[in-house]
Amino acid sequence: MPAPDRPIRLGLVVNPIAGIGGRVGLKGSDGEEVVLRALALGAAPEAGARTVRALERLDRGTTRLELLVAPGPMGEDAARAAGLAPLVVGELGGDRTTAEDTRRFAAAMAERGVDLLLFTGGDGTAVDVLAAVGDAVPVLGVPAGVKIHSAAFAVSPEAAGTLAAWVARDVAAGARAGFREAEVLDLDEDDYRRGQIVPRLVGYLRVPREPRLVQARKAPSPAGEDAAARAIAADVVEGMEPDRAYVLGPGTTIRAVAERLGVPKTLVGVDVVRDGRLLAADVGEDALLAIVEEGPAALVVTPIGGQGFVFGRGNQQIGPRVLHAVGREHVVVVATPWKLASLAGMPFRVDTGDPRLDARLTGHVLVTTGYGDRAVYRIEA
Amino acid sequence: MSVEDRGTWPVGPKPPIRRFHQARWDEPVIFELSQPGARGVLPPAVEPGIREAVGDPAAELPPSVRRTDPPALPELAQLHVVRHYARLSQENLGVDLNVDVGQGTCTMKYSPKVNDRLATGPKLADLHPLQDASTTQGILEIMWRLEQLLKAISGMDRFTLQPGAGSVAIYANIAMIRAYHASRGDDGRDEVITTIFSHPSNAACAKTAGYRVITLYPDADGYPDLEALKAAVSERTAALLITNPEDTGIFNPRIDEFVDVVHEAGGLCAYDQANANGILGITRARDAGFDLCHFNLHKTFSTPHACGGPAAGASGVTEELAPFLPVPTVEFDGSTYRLDHDRPSSIGKLRPWYGVAPNIVRAYAWIVSLGAEGLREVAETAVLNNNYLMHRVLQIPGVSAPYAQGRRRIEQVRYSWERLAAETGVGSEDLGLRAADFGTHYWTSHHPWIVPEPMTLEPTESYSMGDLDEYAAILRRVAEEARSDPDLVRAAPYASTVHRADHGPLDDPDRWAVTWRAYRRKAGLDG
Repeated sequence: MPAPDRPIRLGLVVNPIAGIGGRVGLKGSDGEEVVLRALALGAAPEAGARTVRALERLDRGTTRLELLVAPGPMGEDAARAAGLAPLVVGELGGDRTTAEDTRRFAAAMAERGVDLLLFTGGDGTAVDVLAAVGDAVPVLGVPAGVKIHSAAFAVSPEAAGTLAAWVARDVAAGARAGFREAEVLDLDEDDYRRGQIVPRLVGYLRVPREPRLVQARKAPSPAGEDAAARAIAADVVEGMEPDRAYVLGPGTTIRAVAERLGVPKTLVGVDVVRDGRLLAADVGEDALLAIVEEGPAALVVTPIGGQGFVFGRGNQQIGPRVLHAVGREHVVVVATPWKLASLAGMPFRVDTGDPRLDARLTGHVLVTTGYGDRAVYRIEA
Repeated sequence: MSVEDRGTWPVGPKPPIRRFHQARWDEPVIFELSQPGARGVLPPAVEPGIREAVGDPAAELPPSVRRTDPPALPELAQLHVVRHYARLSQENLGVDLNVDVGQGTCTMKYSPKVNDRLATGPKLADLHPLQDASTTQGILEIMWRLEQLLKAISGMDRFTLQPGAGSVAIYANIAMIRAYHASRGDDGRDEVITTIFSHPSNAACAKTAGYRVITLYPDADGYPDLEALKAAVSERTAALLITNPEDTGIFNPRIDEFVDVVHEAGGLCAYDQANANGILGITRARDAGFDLCHFNLHKTFSTPHACGGPAAGASGVTEELAPFLPVPTVEFDGSTYRLDHDRPSSIGKLRPWYGVAPNIVRAYAWIVSLGAEGLREVAETAVLNNNYLMHRVLQIPGVSAPYAQGRRRIEQVRYSWERLAAETGVGSEDLGLRAADFGTHYWTSHHPWIVPEPMTLEPTESYSMGDLDEYAAILRRVAEEARSDPDLVRAAPYASTVHRADHGPLDDPDRWAVTWRAYRRKAGLDG
């Protein structure tokens, strides 16, 4: 890739009220009423300060940077506080910022072709950014929300700034910056406050590959994870039996299986293939049950999100009745070595909604990690 | 650098941390120094008497080995060759220059110079492996004696010294395992089990030999997971290939139970002893029930790593597996030594000739100079050094030793700077490069990249308490800089020959080049 003859363009959108509910125990900041309650309880907005901490990590010396920001508290204020001279995009609609503002400004940044869009917030903000930009531009979350279940966030504001600086440097040098698809999960906050954690897999954002998992610039190949997914797919497809229905859960690793078969895949949904052909796309629990009760079946699943859930997060369609019908011995768990590494020693988890089934699923499971490669990994309920 | 960093040294008091600057010679690649017609050695012309007697000496060469074009080698005078390599040696770090404890898992110990003299003297250097055994009794005796020493150290029944590296020895072991099962008609065993923190060559060699590889992850306490092993073994299990202590420095206290579980399933067990430096004279592979093991002579037994080889490996087996050893073996009948090529069950040859003779001599000399008590003292000192350094390092805010929390390590530790990186945005690789400004460095980790922001230190027995204090002080200084001036660390090193290398070509098939010819072709220099 040739080095571009222009400044590196970074976008910034801050959700100024992100995280405001956390410190006062409200488990989130979705909805105007919650925000007003949080403010009444004495919550102080922290998103701006966390954004400043990230921006201070940008490299101002050697890389020519152009910072596009949303106005006022949605980016401009933080950029100025960090001593940067930003270009302000658009105008605020009113006194209070809304999710619609986040979507509007994120879309405007994508239209201007930013090399990376930084956004500050939590899971809700990530959902808004996804709705606005999809995979049009790479993004990176500066964590400031109460709920951070999505994999689109850096581990800290400082780490976000450092990653952004690396991306800028790589783009400026004409090098290939490494990106990966990160899961965007969201929970219904009303459920969350009642203690029910049922995150939904909303989609995937393109984020810079975290160097901690691939050893910074000494990675053997920036395509390593994609290659691992293809190797897993080759193994899974080779092991497929005739006349058996294979239920393909959500996830990028499993999408590689569908690609190997040459069939389309619903990225956030569940599809079924049999004898190399698509049998049903984006099925719900009842339709799935009908298929797996009709003949021999197997499940192909991968852990979703940073918590290592194999069942019960993002693939709720594969519920207890489906699992009973298929049988544990016909569950194929796949995961790239990077996915296992990202769990940092945490076991896989299951939460099917049926505690007795969960208990039966615990123990050790063989995980397909490559072509002819297996890992033995713990599952806990 | 700040003003006080520049200071008044050496006139004033010595600074607490050594001041350092590496040499920079802007030295070209040797091919670029070539001067057509320049010569390092001018051999005399063939004398007339000889020419009259034998004619053209080159005429004796068969046409198939005669070149039609001269080789594309650089042409230089001796002085320019010496100067070139002397300069390169100054643009380097290493055990003869600095506290070289940062290349953990590699056991970078000091190699006594007297052993180099034995290995490079004419008695060895002038030998040729095709000589008749009656004229090479000395080197064969050294090989036979080294085999006896390694048998005593490991408890195994036979050894081969043929492997040119540790990975070759592991490959020899998996090849012998395959031959063993085949000899019994046991053909269904196509799986090899290893652990994620065993040396990655185990998984790689098993895969190369055609096996499916099952990797065990640590249990909740951070130790190799015995329950996972029980879930993994079956009638398809060919072998367990396992390192102990693992590359985290954690010793598997249930290693004998691992061996029992695999034996009960009908598999064999091979002990990767690349990390043997902390257990010499303390534990033995055979006593834990292993069927095979291997050593890296270039780690544990002090011979040079040789920058990719040839180093030296040694594979040991029980009597039951001895028929499968590579050929030739060295045999002794009480009066003479000979090479035995007539071994019908052998897996064959791993490489030409018998072994890397200079390294075999170095390792033999090193072991004999220490004796049995000395070897145990090596292990005890290496473990003491490592745990002392760990104590000093863990006092630095932001660093931790993941897995088996609060437990001591054997001879190395894989640390994590994850906390410091989250707080400062400065990662492990940047810290290691900044350490180079103080005349030392560290390396992060090889596969698997599971420990975030890793740093792997292995002090061996070579270093003094003062050396380790100096190293820990450098790490503390660098970690403090990450908090006070992260940009300073991120742009380091400042005092090295090369500022930062572009790793891009390593990832790009269109740009990577392992030979000068490939470099010229891919860089478009050949027109």
